[in-house]
Amino acid sequence: MQLDAKIPGGPLETKWDRQRFELKLVSPANKRKFHIIVVGTGLAGASASAALAELGYQVKTFCIQDTPRRAHSIAAQGGINAAKNYPNDGDSIWRLFYDTIKGGDFRAREGNVYRLAQVSNLIIDHCVAQGIPFAREYGGLLANRSFGGAQVSRTFYAKGQTGQQLLLGCYSALSRQVAAGQVTMLPRREMLDLVLVNGQARGIVVRNLITGAIERHAAHAVVLATGGYGNVFQPFTTNGMGSNVGAAWRAYKRGAGFANPCFTQIHPTCIPMHGDYQSKLTLMSESLRNDGRVWVPKQAGDQRRPEDIPEDERDYYLERIYPSFGNLSPRDIASRAAKFQCDQGKGVGATGRAVYLDFAAAIKRLGRAEIEARYGNLFQMYEKITGEDPYQTPMMIYPASHYAMGGLWVDYNLMSTIPGLFVLGEANFSDHGANRLGASALMQGLADGYFIIPYTIGGYLAGTALGEVNESHQAFTDAEMEVNAKINRLFQIRGSRSAASFQIDLGHIMWEYCGMSRNDAGLQKGKQLVADLRQEFWENLTLPGSTGEFNQSLEKASRVADFLEFAELVISDALARRESCGCHFNEAFQTEEKEAKRDDAQMCHVAVWEYAGEGHEPIFAKEPLVFEFVKLVERSYK
Amino acid sequence: MSPETINLTLKVWRQHGPEDQGRFITYQANDIPTAASFLEMLDIVNERLIVEGQDPIAFDHDCREGICGMCGAVINGRPHGPEKETTLCQLHMRGFQDGDTIVIEPFRARAFPVIKDLAVDRRALDKIIQAGGFISVNTGQAPEANSLPVPKSNAELAFDAATCIGCGACVAACPNASAMLFVSAKISHLALLPQGRPEAAKRALAMVAEMDRLGFGNCTNHKECQVECPKGINITNIARLNREFIKAAVSSPEEIPVFPAGRPEALQMGAK
Ligand SMILES: Cc1cc2nc3c(=O)[nH]c(=O)nc-3n(C[C@H](O)[C@H](O)[C@H](O)COP(=O)(O)OP(=O)(O)OC[C@H]3O[C@@H](n4cnc5c(N)ncnc54)[C@H](O)[C@@H]3O)c2cc1C
Ligand code: SF4
Ligand code: FES
Repeated sequence: MQLDAKIPGGPLETKWDRQRFELKLVSPANKRKFHIIVVGTGLAGASASAALAELGYQVKTFCIQDTPRRAHSIAAQGGINAAKNYPNDGDSIWRLFYDTIKGGDFRAREGNVYRLAQVSNLIIDHCVAQGIPFAREYGGLLANRSFGGAQVSRTFYAKGQTGQQLLLGCYSALSRQVAAGQVTMLPRREMLDLVLVNGQARGIVVRNLITGAIERHAAHAVVLATGGYGNVFQPFTTNGMGSNVGAAWRAYKRGAGFANPCFTQIHPTCIPMHGDYQSKLTLMSESLRNDGRVWVPKQAGDQRRPEDIPEDERDYYLERIYPSFGNLSPRDIASRAAKFQCDQGKGVGATGRAVYLDFAAAIKRLGRAEIEARYGNLFQMYEKITGEDPYQTPMMIYPASHYAMGGLWVDYNLMSTIPGLFVLGEANFSDHGANRLGASALMQGLADGYFIIPYTIGGYLAGTALGEVNESHQAFTDAEMEVNAKINRLFQIRGSRSAASFQIDLGHIMWEYCGMSRNDAGLQKGKQLVADLRQEFWENLTLPGSTGEFNQSLEKASRVADFLEFAELVISDALARRESCGCHFNEAFQTEEKEAKRDDAQMCHVAVWEYAGEGHEPIFAKEPLVFEFVKLVERSYK
Repeated sequence: MSPETINLTLKVWRQHGPEDQGRFITYQANDIPTAASFLEMLDIVNERLIVEGQDPIAFDHDCREGICGMCGAVINGRPHGPEKETTLCQLHMRGFQDGDTIVIEPFRARAFPVIKDLAVDRRALDKIIQAGGFISVNTGQAPEANSLPVPKSNAELAFDAATCIGCGACVAACPNASAMLFVSAKISHLALLPQGRPEAAKRALAMVAEMDRLGFGNCTNHKECQVECPKGINITNIARLNREFIKAAVSSPEEIPVFPAGRPEALQMGAK
């Protein structure tokens, strides 16, 4: 597999300028002759659709929900970063770049991350112009807060609903282009295959989720913005029920390299598991750690109510182990610490897989009213879900899978290893290395969609010979046949277990053996268990109804089938990475203080996997990461 | 933490597709954990149906945390169920008693055809937004973000209106199946911000006209929408919409638009 990242040379600050100059342009009159397919309407897909349509391209956009406004970006709570330095506290493009690349444990590209920091300010300008109601100060100017352990206040937010407001901004821009006739919006459509002609991405095959009809759509280029694969851990995840790896997986099977699949972020503050019927673990915003104190009883197996455990019998372990960051230590570190306490039998609640997040001290210091003003909506959500009042008794929290740093490999132009297939947002691997800092995924999704793809796709279209291709091309017929064959196979199994039950079993295996803390023996075992489960799936699935109708069980089964294949790649990648870094923690590689130990000499690369056909191990390739501008240091938060 | 369970009788609307007449079917839902959410309860019921070889109940959902607006059904006559400001996915079974009978139906409105069972087609709401629920700014045109201060109180009111999740419960709650609360939330959000003013008049006229065209009913001031809205969208937004609409109609350089049928009643509210 050829992995040319195409990062322009020269100083960091001018790389993107240089690239924009060197990319060929499509003349205004010619833009309308190009058809572009965008799959996904989260921040990345909706912004890309709008921006491309504004330029004059003919865009066709797809999503699986009933309307583009429901993509899972809607659920993001905390905020979006930018290097505006409005608070005058020392922020700069360089500092945002540095924090992001360090936060990712030095496993991302300098050039990409620097560009992300550069365009971050344009995003805020654009969002404000769209009418996004960000939080403001009394003087009417924009407010900022610090987030995710950053030492400057660079996060813009709209209460605890930043993702919702940003997504509705993109959705309105997209709607405007639908009205203008520049975008054809096709909701309730699921991409089931990518179509290649002469090695170029030229279209997709989708299932119309209302009628069940299989449809073909041709274009000059395809943009995937289908989100992350956190649901490989379902129910131990904050992701929405529909989030899936299907589109990315089909692209992989058509030849797109998959990068760093084992880099999955675990978020420390989620509502713990309380029953086997539970569909997900709802996120409790990271901002709670600004005032909440995390603790467990010092004595393993202590069954007393938290109120009855005296101060000196509590272990505020984050404050103890990480005195300078304390309760605000980064996500990967706080998550592992919680698991470690629970593994020692100190976990609380009915399952013993939870720790306390206690606001008693903050309520005493600031008063209940102030805590209500800061976190009222989160406390309310907690009470709705658990039936307990967090003003009276400490919250119980536990880590859950949250975000996928891994994804389809893309070059600096966001193009995958398949010419004409571009990948944006959480679906690509590009900017967050081995760990993502808070408030940076929203930034990346909008950077990709509004400010990068409009330039880079033009360069591709202007510089590539693209023959006439329409939906009757043989490649579409073949892809459609394969899609139908797979659907038929699913119906023919006629076993006795639902698709949902397989998904939950898979989540348990992945969480147990490929979760927060990994080791080779566990990974090997997990890999075998996944293979066994996949075999059972293909022997024992039961599927009600038929394909020619609205059939949510079929949707689920098709996605679970992909997850069952994909999970194995996650584990292979975890086994191949002979170091611990960021969220990937292999117990064989740790410091004396039990922290992740990187191996910069051997492992400073992007791991990229290429599909080698059914029953064959995927082919491994490396993209070396070259650091010209920053020095690799050990992340320390003590 | 209660490992308690309850037994329920569900009367669920089953309808194969838009052409089918539809009917209530009764299901016995035993051993439902009170800590489960309403949708998790339906998951449990569906799991049992699938294993028995029966057709599971179709219902829309995604985020399951009250923000995406995809879920929704009418529970014992109330959109999203009995709890105040709570989406169906955030409604929990601890609010129900052992032995309860629960009637579950789709959102009903002329503009929302049933797709299957509890899943309805709400694309009409997208069409209303396409008619004008945006600020016309192309990527790259924006001025520096802080060059346009917005009074904090306006920003907060705009935010409150902008939290509408587009679920359509207001339409299902309204005896006329009007979408006024939904439309007014978007119009208020944008009209309250200086960025939204240049197009305010055009937007109000266009969105209201589109709502009428799509077959939503008139607002005759029943206020059921506000009671059932899971996001607490306030009916004062309808008053603001009406003010925007009158202003627009009066100052329209073109032909003065005729108030669509039924609008005058709604306008009385705005005049107060
Ligand atoms: C609970 C939660 C809170 C978060 N909070 C923050 C935060 O505060 N700050 C931050 O920066 N990040 C946050 N994140 C991360 C961030 O929200 C996501 O990474 C980001 O929004 C992903 O955007 P996206 O556009 O890539 O994908 P998504 O928003 O997930 O959109 C995916 C789209 O693809 C479509 N799709 C998927 N598969 C198919 C298919 N096969 N065919 C057709 N369409 C398909 C879907 O319909 C959808 O439209 C949070 C994430 C979660 C889960
Ligand atoms: S106004 Fe309320 S009920 Fe109506 S669509 Fe918006 S959130 Fe739903
Ligand atoms: S499933 Fe998203 S609001 Fe209920």
